[in-house]
Amino acid sequence: MNHIAPGRNAGVYSYDDIDRRFVAERVEQFRAQVERRLSGELTEDEFKPLRLMNGLYLQLHAYMLRIAVPYGVLTARQLRKLAEIGRKYDKGYGHFTTRQNLQFNWIKLEDTPAILHELAEVDMHALQTSGNCVRNVTTDQFVGAARDEVVDGRVYAEILRQWTTLHPEFTFLPRKFKIAIMGSDADRAAIRVHDVGVFAKRNERGEVGFTFYVGGGLGRSPFIGKLIRDWVPEEDFVAYLEAILRVYNQYGRRDNIYKARIKILVHELGQEKFTQEVEEEFARLRGPKYRLAPEVVDEIRRRFGGPAFETLTDEPESFQAAKAANPDFARWVAVNVLAHKVPGYAAATISLKPAGGIPGDATSEQMELIADLADAHSFGELRVSHAQNLVLAHVRQDELFTLWTALEANGLGTPNAGLIGDIIACPGLDYCALANARSIPLAQAISARFADPARQQTIGELGIKISGCINACGHHHVGAIGILGVDKKGEEFYQITVGGDPTLTTAIGDILGPAVTADETVDAIEAIVEVYLSNRHDGERFIDTLKRVGHGPFKERVYAAH
Amino acid sequence: MALSDKSRNEAVLKAITANRLRDGEVIFLAPGPDLGWVERLDAAALFEDAAAADTALAAAKAQAEGEQFAVDVYAFDLRVTDGQRVPVKTRERIRALGPTVRIDLGKQAAA
Ligand code: HEM
Ligand code: SF4
Repeated sequence: MNHIAPGRNAGVYSYDDIDRRFVAERVEQFRAQVERRLSGELTEDEFKPLRLMNGLYLQLHAYMLRIAVPYGVLTARQLRKLAEIGRKYDKGYGHFTTRQNLQFNWIKLEDTPAILHELAEVDMHALQTSGNCVRNVTTDQFVGAARDEVVDGRVYAEILRQWTTLHPEFTFLPRKFKIAIMGSDADRAAIRVHDVGVFAKRNERGEVGFTFYVGGGLGRSPFIGKLIRDWVPEEDFVAYLEAILRVYNQYGRRDNIYKARIKILVHELGQEKFTQEVEEEFARLRGPKYRLAPEVVDEIRRRFGGPAFETLTDEPESFQAAKAANPDFARWVAVNVLAHKVPGYAAATISLKPAGGIPGDATSEQMELIADLADAHSFGELRVSHAQNLVLAHVRQDELFTLWTALEANGLGTPNAGLIGDIIACPGLDYCALANARSIPLAQAISARFADPARQQTIGELGIKISGCINACGHHHVGAIGILGVDKKGEEFYQITVGGDPTLTTAIGDILGPAVTADETVDAIEAIVEVYLSNRHDGERFIDTLKRVGHGPFKERVYAAH
Repeated sequence: MALSDKSRNEAVLKAITANRLRDGEVIFLAPGPDLGWVERLDAAALFEDAAAADTALAAAKAQAEGEQFAVDVYAFDLRVTDGQRVPVKTRERIRALGPTVRIDLGKQAAA
């Protein structure tokens, strides 16, 4: 893998084996650390930060290993390896997360060095999945495929991955740091709730530039990222980000109050002052050392250099005939399939949200099946979406029916991408040591209540997001309907918010009323949906109706019985 | 998993728990002077008064640091209802049994 490392000119390249050696060294280093911990040379206090740097958390039932999936893109071979690890070292399944990563829930400390070694065989690792570093850079799950794409975000996500992985200064930030990049008109990566959200676009001359939003975040104090600069030319991409991180680092080190997320710093300093600081730093940094040369970008772009697409046309006859003959297939296409930039292809979402199922969980067998399908139909590549689903991004339209048939036969053909059954839920109290309440059973009950695919389609776009505590791993703040687990005298309660929006028109949901029990929550969702359906105008989404009619009617119905 | 009203009248006891260092397994301090650990709450030592629990907790923590066997040692509340040991908090009930959404996994599976 090529490296743009700090301290060198951004244009200097090194080779694949450098990256491999780096990961291999880190595995051996961790192996030695585990041995020293088990032999008592290291105390838990000394060891804990070391294991966290390798993505290993201690949860309720065992250790949890979080494996990085850079910008959510996996090869079939890598997915097979994850399946194998799940079978060999875990309990035969894994959990895909909203950060486009994979978590195993039942890992043994003593097995971890072997697992990391096996991961390294397929160029994977668990670095930067924890701790106060720049975390996995996320992007659109349809990157490089979507018809509405303007700029391929993977290229810049990869540049940042390289830039930040070896950056000494950024391995010890005041807090963790999350970056998301979007390169099409739609925002499918929730960029304004990240520490830095980058919107890649083109000017009239076709040149690439970036809009930077800084200081977004969820958790206890949610903030929407502020616009810091509308246009950063491509060559200044790294310099600008460096400037942001330096301002953050500088304030973070100087004064305890700011030893927190960048959202707090931006909030405390104010958008104007923060921007000014970044601009001053940027003016100092701008120059050959930080210049991102076009050759470098081209080289990385070549690496992603799309698969060998054939020349095809949209809507081939066999595809049309299959849709006409099979309404279930037609529904799946309408809901789970997105237009591809290359005619005759499509991007298909594999829902990991069967009605009543555990959002984001996949068994080793399912992973293997999906890996085979990726080989057969999508150039051996797939993606993890932040909605905890998987995506085959480059499927020939005339192969969609074969793909769907195989998925359907294995419980993976649920037609609910973006609909009410496509619930994002964090692990909650069933697994997470920090939780107040369970998230998964609630997601299961709601998706079972709305199991009917026709009804889901009638309701249309409506995101439900559930977090088991205020850390907001389930993004509840930006759910059209958000659910937050709270603890009331030892009992699980849920607070409902409405009107959240994760796209560029970002909004944090408002609390509807007092927290209710799990059963009441499911009824409340049903009530909210009924009020929406009886009030909506033609073509109006849930959040639009909510904006028009206000909370009143929803609140009234939900709390009618109280 | 709701507690019955009757259980509210039962005395609140304490047990001491941790995770086993090498594999993360949930463990409980066993009865007896030699500070052993068991995997099942049924076999754990129960403490009726806070002072006894504090003493045992301090000893268990010291042992954890010295012997690299247990991590994250702490005490929690439970009641004995109809002969069953039921932790007061849902969190501790889930730790003692396994995820409620996968009853095929965790300690509950082997029961
Ligand atoms: C199960 C173990 C987990 C633990 C202990 C954990 C811990 C945390 C904590 C402490 C925060 C708040 C940090 C802060 O505000 O500075 C947080 C935020 C977050 N976590 Fe997790 N998390 C876990 C699992 C997950 C999972 C499974 C996902 C993805 C589904 C996830 C995604 C996120 C996201 C997106 C945030 C964002 C909120 C933000 O910082 O803006 N986490 N997590
Ligand atoms: S939101 Fe809370 S309960 Fe859910 S995974 Fe994050 S830390 Fe755990």
